[in-house]
Amino acid sequence: MTDWGQLTPILWLSFQQTVYMVFWTMLIAGLLGLALGVALYASRRGRLLQNAPAFHVLNVLVNIIRPIPFIIFITAIGPLTLLVMGTTIGTRSVLFPMSAMATFFIGRIVEQNLVSVDPGVIEAARSMGASRFRIIWSVLVPEALGPLILGYTFIFVAVVDMSAMAGYVGGGGLGNFAISYGYQQFNWPVTLVTVVIIIVIVQVAQLLGNWLARRALRR
Amino acid sequence: MAPVISFRGATKAFPGPRGSGVLAVDHVDLDIEDGEITGVIGYSGAGKSTLVRMINALELPTAGTIAVGGRVTGELGERGLRELRSEVGMIFQQFNLFSSRTVAGNVGYPLRIAGWPGERRRQRVAELLDFVGISDKARQFPPQLSGGQKQRVGIARALATSPRILLADEATSALDPETTLDVLALLKRINRELGTTIVVITHEMEVVSSICDKVAVMERGRVIEHGPVYDVFADPQEPATRRFVHSVLHDRPSDETLARLREHFAGRMVTVWVRDDAGARAALSGALAAHDVHSTIVYGGIRELAEKPFGSITFELTGDDGAIDALVADLAAHTRVEEIAARMVS
Repeated sequence: MTDWGQLTPILWLSFQQTVYMVFWTMLIAGLLGLALGVALYASRRGRLLQNAPAFHVLNVLVNIIRPIPFIIFITAIGPLTLLVMGTTIGTRSVLFPMSAMATFFIGRIVEQNLVSVDPGVIEAARSMGASRFRIIWSVLVPEALGPLILGYTFIFVAVVDMSAMAGYVGGGGLGNFAISYGYQQFNWPVTLVTVVIIIVIVQVAQLLGNWLARRALRR
Repeated sequence: MAPVISFRGATKAFPGPRGSGVLAVDHVDLDIEDGEITGVIGYSGAGKSTLVRMINALELPTAGTIAVGGRVTGELGERGLRELRSEVGMIFQQFNLFSSRTVAGNVGYPLRIAGWPGERRRQRVAELLDFVGISDKARQFPPQLSGGQKQRVGIARALATSPRILLADEATSALDPETTLDVLALLKRINRELGTTIVVITHEMEVVSSICDKVAVMERGRVIEHGPVYDVFADPQEPATRRFVHSVLHDRPSDETLARLREHFAGRMVTVWVRDDAGARAALSGALAAHDVHSTIVYGGIRELAEKPFGSITFELTGDDGAIDALVADLAAHTRVEEIAARMVS
């Protein structure tokens, strides 16, 4: 029989660890990814900050990092994680590989959403004398806000997925819980409960994202 | 008085792949006087948009200069550009409104850039919305507006910083005929009441004939004719201008029309142009009466262009060839006459 009295505190701790990893990754990678996406968008030929060398470097970097399976990425940048975080063990240390991977992921998604902004609107802002950086934060990003929110919601789900893998290599969290107390002990109900919790987190995030995007687009 | 906009040898080359390139604007010399409305016409790809975008430095020349209010666009830094652009408003065919901002937010945006404090900005926005007649839409978002209302927002936004110059890129091409007239009336009012110099790119005759003082005709990057609207249209010098005038004014039957007319009229076809000259029009009637020639009106019409009569009438003339020749010579002494088709051989 499953001893829920003993497992519940551990499950609660795992839940908190997952929330911790996802929250900080979304915050750090959300901002860095936005900057990366804007840089990818704006440095392309004919755009606001046209800069071919910068564009090619960023573009190739994103294309190299993104296809690496995350579980391999975590171990591959272990030395760098050690350098930056001081350790490769624990929930805090996996924030580094998670944020790094998510930044590249978000960067590409942001770039794709910015492309959908009508260039005519940017030209109008230029004709009013707005500086290039002002156009980026006061026209480009607000005009793409609806799709950007949906993009970030999509990323949120991917980050929850990443956190489960991060747990496997020492980050803790729900993924680790499901493996250690469910799979490895042949305890199917524990796995099921964990899966249900993850589904609920993802559903809530998706509903919230859809609602915010609708608000941003209702114009 | 010195012109407010002056192009000198202005050239814009766009590099293309593998050494190819496009000369969008080719050595243009053009002066636009303060307070005038100038129409820039020509076929697609003639360089109209590039020429006009050189005025607010959205495009910089690759050779030559453009001086706007005494400033040479190519010599301005970031700050100078911002000052220049606050003096040159622009409106667009697709309106280019910010869908993430309300109507008031759109109109207030250039004022934010210019650093106006909140209270003054709100007053100015209210004043502008009132001027273009959409005060009741201030809190709405652009997708909720009709085309005509959107262009009014665009105009209010372009006028926010009280520019001396307003550029209009096909501003009425996306509007229905009635709304077009409203927007044209508004542009004319801006010109009269505020003294704003306006440059409009258009392919619509309606725009040129109803609001423009001057017209510049472009072909393959060059301005091939420039002058008062009536002079350029009534007496086009260049073949390209003639073709353009013909295609927008239908001043003579097209080949297809001529073929249809031929089903009923077999005689010699002569087109007579009617100009702002009452004497010549009287002489025309006199000549038709004086010769023993039977004339039938088969095509044409007379309209107003820049508030003057303008048009052409095509006649089928039947009778003795000598008499017809004499009549044509008589008409040609007063106005432009062209025999566009000979008698059909039966």
